[in-house]
Amino acid sequence: MSSGELVLPLVAFLLAPVAGGLLCGIDRRLTARMQGRIGPPILQPFYDFFKLWGKDTLVTTRENLVWAWGYLLLTMVAVFMFFFQQDLLIIFFVLAFAGACLIFGAFSVRSPYSHLGANREILQMLAYEPILLLAAVAIFLKTGTFMITGVFEFGEPLLPYLPLAFVAVLVALGIKMRKSPFDIAASEHAHQEIVRGVYTEYSGRHLALIKLTHWFEIVLILGFIALFWAQPLWIGVVLALGMFVLELLIDNISARLRWAWMLGVSWVVGVGFIMANMVLIYLAGGAIRV
Amino acid sequence: MMGLITRSRVKSPWIVHYCCGGCNGCDIEILACLTPLYDVERFGMLNIGNPKHADILVVTGPVNNRNARVLKTLYDQIPNPKVVMAVGTCASSGGVFHNCYNTLGGIDKVIPVDVYIPGCAVRPEAIIDGVVLALDKLNLKKRTKVG
Repeated sequence: MSSGELVLPLVAFLLAPVAGGLLCGIDRRLTARMQGRIGPPILQPFYDFFKLWGKDTLVTTRENLVWAWGYLLLTMVAVFMFFFQQDLLIIFFVLAFAGACLIFGAFSVRSPYSHLGANREILQMLAYEPILLLAAVAIFLKTGTFMITGVFEFGEPLLPYLPLAFVAVLVALGIKMRKSPFDIAASEHAHQEIVRGVYTEYSGRHLALIKLTHWFEIVLILGFIALFWAQPLWIGVVLALGMFVLELLIDNISARLRWAWMLGVSWVVGVGFIMANMVLIYLAGGAIRV
Repeated sequence: MMGLITRSRVKSPWIVHYCCGGCNGCDIEILACLTPLYDVERFGMLNIGNPKHADILVVTGPVNNRNARVLKTLYDQIPNPKVVMAVGTCASSGGVFHNCYNTLGGIDKVIPVDVYIPGCAVRPEAIIDGVVLALDKLNLKKRTKVG
């Protein structure tokens, strides 16, 4: 591996939280504009982050704090592997365990809000995990490998072959961004009925860590969307940003819905679409034989 | 780093709002601050329902024997540095409930108050002015020294 191959992914990895924070700032600004307000400055998420960093941390249980760190570190590992173009399946497995850390953290305290949020977070994982894993399998059917390098070596964009899988991944994007109608585990606004659910018991520095993790997550999932058009990559990035804005629009025109509805949508639209896409690939005879 | 934190603190005040049992007039005015007309999110202000995430405790209504304990608990659950705003005449001094047998009076009978905003009901502009005052005091507060 040459030094260029090492430096570029490393720089991308270090810039990921900055990009994620800026995206969150743009999110808040755009959301405000859609609601006829002016909205906070683009840098607002960073102000929030540093303010939280400078506050006291109220410790409910020490496990709670350990799981917050676990959530951050495992997500960072997943993002790191993503930029180094590693195995998509492993990346999603690590991401799943990062999500599990958040759930364990929420279960390690006795707050009913936290438990309610954790139960809902399990349902959210149940909804998006099959989509992400099956999307990786669909990519495998075209490229013959789970490695992200394979996507770049494939030679042509994947989106024309995987349009239905792409739609399914958009559902996973909504759930992972914790946006309406899928913000059931950690209500988007803190004054709602479960007062942030899984995040309820975190305060100060550890809440800041969780914000940071969320920025990494957004970059990872948008990066995955960009993979659907990796030749050239800038089209993929524009595509991902477009989907981000689309997600904000959906967030602003929809209310939070019930978990049963979310499972219905993600399993029927999500898993169903990917399955249909795989069948189409086989019918077209385009699947790579391994 | 410390400069970054002190600068960020005034740009991101998160509010937890508690009504001690006033007439709801001041509560409606607080909610009016969040509407597009006043849009306090311009200044990074968020209405956070959770004391553990909050910086500013906004209290309306006169405190009474039943909810003094709740108010004290909410205050204790907000991590330092924090400030308390008494919004409305009732929260400031007891207002029309002055000397009523069932109330204790202003909320400063129970918790330390940093900013008093009089008015019955207060105007949203007065609340925003009060928050600006509170932010000046926020950076004078210290974090708890641990260990």
